[in-house]
Amino acid sequence: MLNKIYDWVDERLDITPIWRDIADHEVPEHVNPAHHFSAFVYCFGGLTFFITVIQILSGMFLTMYYVPDVVNAWKSVYYLQNEVAFGEIVRGMHHWGASLVIVMMFLHTLRVFFTGSYKKPRELNWMVGVGIFGVMMGLGFTGYLLPWDMKALFATKVGIEIAASVPFIGEWIKILLAGDSTILGAQTLTRFFAIHVFFLPAVLFGLLAAHFIMIRRQGISGPL
Amino acid sequence: MHRGKGMKFVGDSRIKANHRMPNVPKDYSEYPGKTEAFWPNFLLKEWMVGAVFLIAYLILTVAHPSPLEGPADPTRAYVPLPDWYFLFMYQLLKYSYASGPYNVIGAIVIPGLAFGALLLMPFLDKSPERRPSKRPLPTGFMLLTLAAMFYLTWEAVANHDWEAQKAMGAIVEEVDVDIDESLPGFAIWNGDSGDQAKSCIGCHAADLKGGPAAPKLVGNELTAEQVEDIIHNGRGGMPPGQFKGTDEEAKQLAEFIASLKAKK
Repeated sequence: MLNKIYDWVDERLDITPIWRDIADHEVPEHVNPAHHFSAFVYCFGGLTFFITVIQILSGMFLTMYYVPDVVNAWKSVYYLQNEVAFGEIVRGMHHWGASLVIVMMFLHTLRVFFTGSYKKPRELNWMVGVGIFGVMMGLGFTGYLLPWDMKALFATKVGIEIAASVPFIGEWIKILLAGDSTILGAQTLTRFFAIHVFFLPAVLFGLLAAHFIMIRRQGISGPL
Repeated sequence: MHRGKGMKFVGDSRIKANHRMPNVPKDYSEYPGKTEAFWPNFLLKEWMVGAVFLIAYLILTVAHPSPLEGPADPTRAYVPLPDWYFLFMYQLLKYSYASGPYNVIGAIVIPGLAFGALLLMPFLDKSPERRPSKRPLPTGFMLLTLAAMFYLTWEAVANHDWEAQKAMGAIVEEVDVDIDESLPGFAIWNGDSGDQAKSCIGCHAADLKGGPAAPKLVGNELTAEQVEDIIHNGRGGMPPGQFKGTDEEAKQLAEFIASLKAKK
């Protein structure tokens, strides 16, 4: 039955080559923890992606309750945390996932660095990876404000002051992020929400796609 | 079955690619050892690693509920702290050579140089050597950076007053109180019958919600006798003899304040 459906689609869309590109390849021995336990360091990238998927899913569920305005933001998070069934788990996964994704990404970066895997021909993939690192930091920074509690407000104040200290364009960055040159309030919250939920994830998806296409194209780096 | 070869479409407008690269998987025979098919053998093992990771992740989530402080209020005092993975940058800004007039160094120049060097690493380290021991400079710089990040994060955590932050960020319970305006004490509090109570309002605020120097009176747990005693003799930071009215008025005021219990 499944084979027949596959054949029906394949006959029309020729999906076999796509399938081969994605899944039909050999995994070399030196990255396989089943053969060498120390090869678990090659799992960090995959685990980073795994948490990223969890972040996307839990974030989608959070937006079903979260209200991005200064009056209701904190109340909606409080309600989600204390009243909604499993709300505490969903928010907890998003909260801890945000930290774990940074940890795993950091370990993945160190693995690639210390195995010298960024060298020719993988320079571009390394740079895309550093871009993903930056986007993830941005997601962490913008997500921190959204519960609109005390630490969110005051940490964002400091963060925006730091952004404002960039020479020449600092003031523009500040107004772009905060929505105003002096006030950190309703505009800031909606902007951070938009950046956190739409802008940065869009950039992230593009960079992840580039990252994975390049891996499939070049294969994983050989043993040291 | 065509399986990708010579498919015919109705009204086919595609350019014929007769010299297509065959989609044959790359050969890892240049690496010695046992290779394994990604699908489904290796992916199954990856999923098992993922499952173990997920269990640890869920235990963390259940054991430590994510924190939520009181709603953002710019008028409350607070010592700001970023999320833990920004702590090393935050700590850097505390040193005199990277703050104040040199703020740009700590906030932009040092992080910018570090991130720029990371981004351009493939062009800074162009030697064909891959082993860390064969390229001492990149390895050394990376280890130095890691040590600095670890030290700065450690310093930031050790120097932060976590207890104070907890107190400053605490969720303040809103209490629901009925104010009985027919009590004679209400008129005294309001100052309708003279100005005896004005010194109360000065610290405890006209809406009875207190201020920086005095606790809120709404939702207190005291009896009228205890309140009367405090009116005369003070308590904590409140000095004795603040109330300038008669003893009868003090009694009525105490009854009014003791009536401000939170609704059950």
